[in-house]
Amino acid sequence: MDAFLHQIFSGLANGCIYGSVALALVMIYQSTHHINFAQGELATFSTFIAWALIERGWPYWGAFFATVGISFAMGVLVQRLILRPVEKAPILTNVIVFIGLLVIFNSVAGWIFDYTIKSFPSPFAQKGPLATAWFSAHEVGSALVMLCVLGALYAFFRFTPIGLAMRAAAQNPDSARLVGIRVSWMLAMGWGLASAIGAVAGMMVAPVVYLDPNMMGGILLYGFAAALLGGVDNPGGAVLGGFIVGVLENLLGAYVIGTELKLSVALVLIVGTLTLKPNGLFGKHVVTRV
Amino acid sequence: MNKPLKWLGLALLVAGLLVLPFLFKNYRVFQFNLVLVYAVAVLGLNILTGFNGQISLGHGAFYAVGAYVAAILMDKVGMPYWATLPFAAVVCFVLGWLMGFPALRLGGHYLALATYAFALAIPQLLKYKKIEELTGGVQGIVLVKPDPPFTFRFLDQPFNADRWLYVFTLAVAALMFLLAYNLLSGRIGRALIAIRDHPIAATAMGINLPFYKSMAFGVSAAFTGLAGALGAICVAFVSPDSFTVFLSITFLVGVVVGGLASIPGAIFGAIFIQFVPNIADEISKSAPWAIYGAVLIGVMYLIPTGVMGMLKTLWMRLRPAPAAAPKA
Repeated sequence: MDAFLHQIFSGLANGCIYGSVALALVMIYQSTHHINFAQGELATFSTFIAWALIERGWPYWGAFFATVGISFAMGVLVQRLILRPVEKAPILTNVIVFIGLLVIFNSVAGWIFDYTIKSFPSPFAQKGPLATAWFSAHEVGSALVMLCVLGALYAFFRFTPIGLAMRAAAQNPDSARLVGIRVSWMLAMGWGLASAIGAVAGMMVAPVVYLDPNMMGGILLYGFAAALLGGVDNPGGAVLGGFIVGVLENLLGAYVIGTELKLSVALVLIVGTLTLKPNGLFGKHVVTRV
Repeated sequence: MNKPLKWLGLALLVAGLLVLPFLFKNYRVFQFNLVLVYAVAVLGLNILTGFNGQISLGHGAFYAVGAYVAAILMDKVGMPYWATLPFAAVVCFVLGWLMGFPALRLGGHYLALATYAFALAIPQLLKYKKIEELTGGVQGIVLVKPDPPFTFRFLDQPFNADRWLYVFTLAVAALMFLLAYNLLSGRIGRALIAIRDHPIAATAMGINLPFYKSMAFGVSAAFTGLAGALGAICVAFVSPDSFTVFLSITFLVGVVVGGLASIPGAIFGAIFIQFVPNIADEISKSAPWAIYGAVLIGVMYLIPTGVMGMLKTLWMRLRPAPAAAPKA
């Protein structure tokens, strides 16, 4: 029973990470209706920046916030420079550009920081006050960090004028433009935010899976699965989807199919969700007009 | 152009292609083999993505399955190498056709996503312990390169295994290109393009959308699977880690560079994905991918129709003014 509970709890901790990756995906989906395939590599790249800062002797939290800031700027820049010209292009063009970004970030990370596997420090002391019988300190800590991010995001969208403008731009770009919102910049903001969330997720997951340029490959897939399961237009659903995927992955990995086929769980989840319930568990039913 | 001139050109091209391997060293010949293999794989993906507009980021997985089918049949069943090709094509056709069903409900991004997941999962599936007997697990399967049926010397070079494989691959690739041309230049090709450009209008014109879309997926997978089998024979080795998600992306690069919805474009794409990484590798290990990425984005901005599209535009501009049409 203990082992079973432990699996569930560590699944929940993983779920936090998947949920945050899913959240970043949903943010971009909501504002652009594009699925960002480069999300994972962007996050990995940000994590490498944090690693480099910490290696230089920066304190952990200093490096943490600096990285979040840099990632935000990076996301805005990517949208402004690379995605804006193809904003209105067909889907295929966009997917290809995303894939281009994916390989660029992946290879540049390998180029600058090397392909060797690096350990990444956790800010939460092993024997600190957060450690309990069920969770390791890092699991509790990263869950708390992700919840803070979620709360901050909610507050940002709900209570600030920029958040309101961003929601308006996503919901109805034409009307938003008419009332004076700079829609294109709001998209860039969305990219920045998603990139910053990705950076946080990357830094939280790196101590567990170790840092290398392909770190996020599998995690991104779980993030996709979580986002789809929760409904790709529902941020809360995405986080909940993350928890479900995390627990499911851990339980199936431990008791049913073994750890080698974990990625296939994500594949089955993705294809299953898309075919059986394309809008996810909590998504809106979308009706398109011909 | 008149007919005899066309035939003469074709004969010269075939002769040139046949002499080519004797002008180069063994390793180059091996690379030419891979160009031909990739050309068939890229052509397969182009049928689906270029002509039918269904985005697949998972064609590396079909390539892997084709390669493994050929390798297992040769290694475990003892089948001759040429006989494995149809099996690889059929297995991949069925697999692609099955994949085509969920694809019917998924448009654009979601399909890209599902196939991306497929490509990410395939190396793990190939390593799976329960089928290790068959697939050789992490180690993969080592094959023997087939001997040429006869040998001779030409231009001071022996007709060895690689050169024989070149001729074999060339023949198969030519057949596949001819097949694709016949398939796509007629009624079926027009139906696929109509579905890509406007699915609702296509249905209204009486095109059976589910049938054509799933068939396109199957045929496309069969082409790529057959290429995988050819690749396994040429490289004489298969292992799960040579079929990562990056292989799928490589094929996509080939399609985009060569030109979406262009049959001869596949050859340019294949040349690009075979030789550009080799050149870029000398700068840095990651350079090929950085260049791939930059080229993907650059091509989308500058020449969205790829090399073939660019050549066509150039030809339209440079060709002699067409003779005035005779008045009816």
